[in-house]
Amino acid sequence: MGQTITQKILAAHCGKDAVEAGELITAKLDLVLANDITAPIAIREFEKIGAGCVFDKDKVALVPDHSTPAKDIKSAEQVKIMRDFARKYGITNFFEIGRVGIEHTLLPDMGLVLPGDAVIGADSHTCTYGAIGAFSTGVGSTDLAAAMALGETWLRVPETIKFVYYGKLNKWVGGKDLILYTIGKIGVDGALYCSMEFTGETIEGLPMADRFTMCNMAIEAGGKNGIIPPDETTLAYVKQRAKREFKTYKSDADALYKEVIEIDCSKLEPQIAFPHLPENTKPLSEVGNVKIDQSVIGSCTNGRIEDLRVAAEILKGRQVHRDVRLIIFPGTQEIYKQAMHEGLFDIFVDSGAAVSTPTCGPCLGGHMGCLAEGERAIATTNRNFVGRMGHPKSEVYLSGPAVAAASAVLGCIGGPDQLEKR
Amino acid sequence: MILKGKVHKYGCDVDTDVIIPARYLNTSDPAELAAHCMEDIDGEFVKNVKAGDIIVADDNFGCGSSREHAPIAIKAAGVSCVIAKTFARIFYRNAINIGLPILQCPEAVDGISAGDQVEVDASTGKITNLTTGKSYQAMPFPPFMQRLIDVGGLIEYAKDKIKSAGCSCCML
Repeated sequence: MGQTITQKILAAHCGKDAVEAGELITAKLDLVLANDITAPIAIREFEKIGAGCVFDKDKVALVPDHSTPAKDIKSAEQVKIMRDFARKYGITNFFEIGRVGIEHTLLPDMGLVLPGDAVIGADSHTCTYGAIGAFSTGVGSTDLAAAMALGETWLRVPETIKFVYYGKLNKWVGGKDLILYTIGKIGVDGALYCSMEFTGETIEGLPMADRFTMCNMAIEAGGKNGIIPPDETTLAYVKQRAKREFKTYKSDADALYKEVIEIDCSKLEPQIAFPHLPENTKPLSEVGNVKIDQSVIGSCTNGRIEDLRVAAEILKGRQVHRDVRLIIFPGTQEIYKQAMHEGLFDIFVDSGAAVSTPTCGPCLGGHMGCLAEGERAIATTNRNFVGRMGHPKSEVYLSGPAVAAASAVLGCIGGPDQLEKR
Repeated sequence: MILKGKVHKYGCDVDTDVIIPARYLNTSDPAELAAHCMEDIDGEFVKNVKAGDIIVADDNFGCGSSREHAPIAIKAAGVSCVIAKTFARIFYRNAINIGLPILQCPEAVDGISAGDQVEVDASTGKITNLTTGKSYQAMPFPPFMQRLIDVGGLIEYAKDKIKSAGCSCCML
């Protein structure tokens, strides 16, 4: 019986030729990571283990991106716990403000995650790195503590659901729409404990930014990891970043899948997830009149340069609606600089938008754009749970960057085509 | 270990954002987290919960964020165990790692109502609804996970491993 890409990576990390779905293995890890919310608990637990060091000071990444720049004294103290720990154990990859970016954009962009790697992170969106053909999954702080000491973790080899996307994408439809549509189809627990393997001609035509977006949201369907077999697009992205050897894997033609789901993309419209679950998706034409108070473009889901270019294309020469606050978050300092050099910030600021330093802030209702009672936001982020962006009686609608930018101008949820009609 | 308490019942897809909203994540102190447990799904929970009480929920309990603060808040609020039809995978690992008993048992979830008195034998997985008199059997843990629970959680397991094999710096 053949193996899926996920099985092959996991087998290679536990010293076996093959592994079966359902098998419990102990996997060696190439990178373990935590952020300023999850690291302090991981550090507390790590110190209980009694290890004199972390398993590899170059393979632990501590990324203070959630409540930074520190939003209050307590948050500053959480970051200080990380900083002190990083200094004590000589952790190479700790990032201060000015160098930090949103973890799941920063680490692959720096070449710290590569194809064929096995990675765990104390952040649920760690599944993002499947976009470059790595196995990566989110865990909690205690799992991360043990992994920092041992350099390994126990995993149940997941069954795989294969998604085959075909057909040419319409204008303004991208990776975010594909993944929202997919979650809408299978539900927020539709891939519980499973690997989601994204394949097909439509995926082969997707740029890296859109692939990251898709794998990033595998967790929103309950998935253990999302993964896209590496191809030329992957290698073009990875080769300029990699500072060590890596290996690419592909699923065998006779690999065993739990299910194969085919999706025709040719008629797909931009997708919107209504409150309060990412599975509550509707095509743009069925949204109706939904007024918004805020639009957020950025996050680990859609904060890459390609996302910002889409937003700029729509905002150029236009004004953000007088009743709307548009906040734009580049994912990393590199993306920030690139956007600045390309003149995107001129377009954003001229349109009446605010541009922020990289942070997870508003996505989880932490800071830099929380919602008041009764307010409504459209966001390119990944979750629209109750209270996710602020007050428990506020609402979040999820979309790709094109709809978020167009909606900011319209004052209600809408697409770029509606702007041209006006 | 016998756990006994009143049931607080919830539906599908209870996410970790409603279990402990992100606005309280600038601390990892269990008592502070417990004071806001379930705040965005059940504003009365903290007022009503008593030591030993049991949370019963439908499918996909604990979905969303990886925040271990969620099971920590539930445990520190006094909840003795969570029974659900299914658990989201990160919450499942976290609960076992921090020693919050969780049981998967769809029949029990359907047979238990809010306010019922329920008794759980955590070592056998037997769930008894004292209000109706009906009993249910939860799914057993896979052997590896049972071993983890038996040694006292993942940190104890890691301690033993470091003690016997050493860490990277000891081996240099």
